[in-house]
Amino acid sequence: MPLIGCHQCDAVVEEPVVPDGGAAICFRCGGTLFRRQSETVEITLALAFAAAILFIVANAYPFLAFEMQGQETQTTLGSGAKALWEQESYAVAALVFLTTIFAPACEIFLLLYVLTPLHLGRRAYKAAAAFRWFERFRPWSMMEVFLIGIFVALVKLADLAEIIPGIALWAFALLIPILAGASAFLDAELVWRRIEHPE
Amino acid sequence: MSHPSLPVTGPTGPHAQCHVCCLVVALPPETAGVTDQEVHHGDVYFSCPRCAAEVHRRKPDSLSRTWAFLVAALICYIPANLYPIMTSTSLGTAQSDTILSGVIFLFSHGMWPLALIVFVASVVVPVIKIVTLIGLVLSVQWKSQWRPRRRAFLYRIVEAIGRWSMVDVYVVTILVALVHLGSLALVEAELGAFFFGAVVVLTILAAESFDPRLMWDQIEARRE
Repeated sequence: MPLIGCHQCDAVVEEPVVPDGGAAICFRCGGTLFRRQSETVEITLALAFAAAILFIVANAYPFLAFEMQGQETQTTLGSGAKALWEQESYAVAALVFLTTIFAPACEIFLLLYVLTPLHLGRRAYKAAAAFRWFERFRPWSMMEVFLIGIFVALVKLADLAEIIPGIALWAFALLIPILAGASAFLDAELVWRRIEHPE
Repeated sequence: MSHPSLPVTGPTGPHAQCHVCCLVVALPPETAGVTDQEVHHGDVYFSCPRCAAEVHRRKPDSLSRTWAFLVAALICYIPANLYPIMTSTSLGTAQSDTILSGVIFLFSHGMWPLALIVFVASVVVPVIKIVTLIGLVLSVQWKSQWRPRRRAFLYRIVEAIGRWSMVDVYVVTILVALVHLGSLALVEAELGAFFFGAVVVLTILAAESFDPRLMWDQIEARRE
């Protein structure tokens, strides 16, 4: 049995046998060692494909339109960061761009890049580096927080004018649980092993 | 506490765990009995055989980095709450909103579930995060033996909740993007949004820099 280290307290144990869908918990600190998902590559890949399509829709169409005395404005994901940039709030614009567009895009793209060849029994060029970057971008991808932000903005504007939800809003609402599912089904330990030995 | 026959990945042990892919690796013999810091000053670079990330037994300069981010976050926290995060101009009347007045607005409009989310995300979470991390860093520096499992749990909570503070930054973004009808209605981002975003980023970086294993090292040090 290979050795498994706890990421949080450094206890080292022989890898326990965990049933499919179960998780191993560290005996010492109580943190999750890993979640075992035998079909992890296939399930995560399918979810990542769905997420990629929804992400493109969510970016291409406006998610809210605002109508006041006959004038209408629309907003897409990108136009929010762009509007901040134009108001010279460069740092905030960059932060919003990073957390709602760049990091999620990298997260989804890198996942597809690493998992598609693995599914076919091969290894992508520089797969280890790609998966390492995927892990780096993950904490900075905050789409689910953005969704709550949309709801709060909706309430704030409801008195002022008419708000029309756009196609992208529905794409968003679907994208969040799919991305959460992709994270939940991703068994990083198994993926690292398959990167080492694709067959 | 670990199994006697298993490798030990202590602060000077012969094994280390990769920070990125969690592989337990045997370190080169010249690092035996030497702390990470001394190894790094000797320019020994050891990369993980599985994912090629640089291997450290403990996150480098964890405590000083965490302190630096925490102090910076504390400093930014004050202007983040004092300055308005946005100004809305509607038909000539301008109104500036701080984080707190935004929450009060939601409450007064009867949207208490949403008000609660924003209040927790923007006011409670940053404070809890900063206070908890200061406590954890001090507990390592004071070689505390207090309930390591409880502290490990606190750290996991802090890591998980930080991102939710971004809600207010996103609300400002969406309002700025939607409401730009010239003199009729206009929303502009203000300095508070910048400082608030800075608090969120700095606390995330602080949590990332802190190495929870240092707490366990103190427990093991006492045991020996």
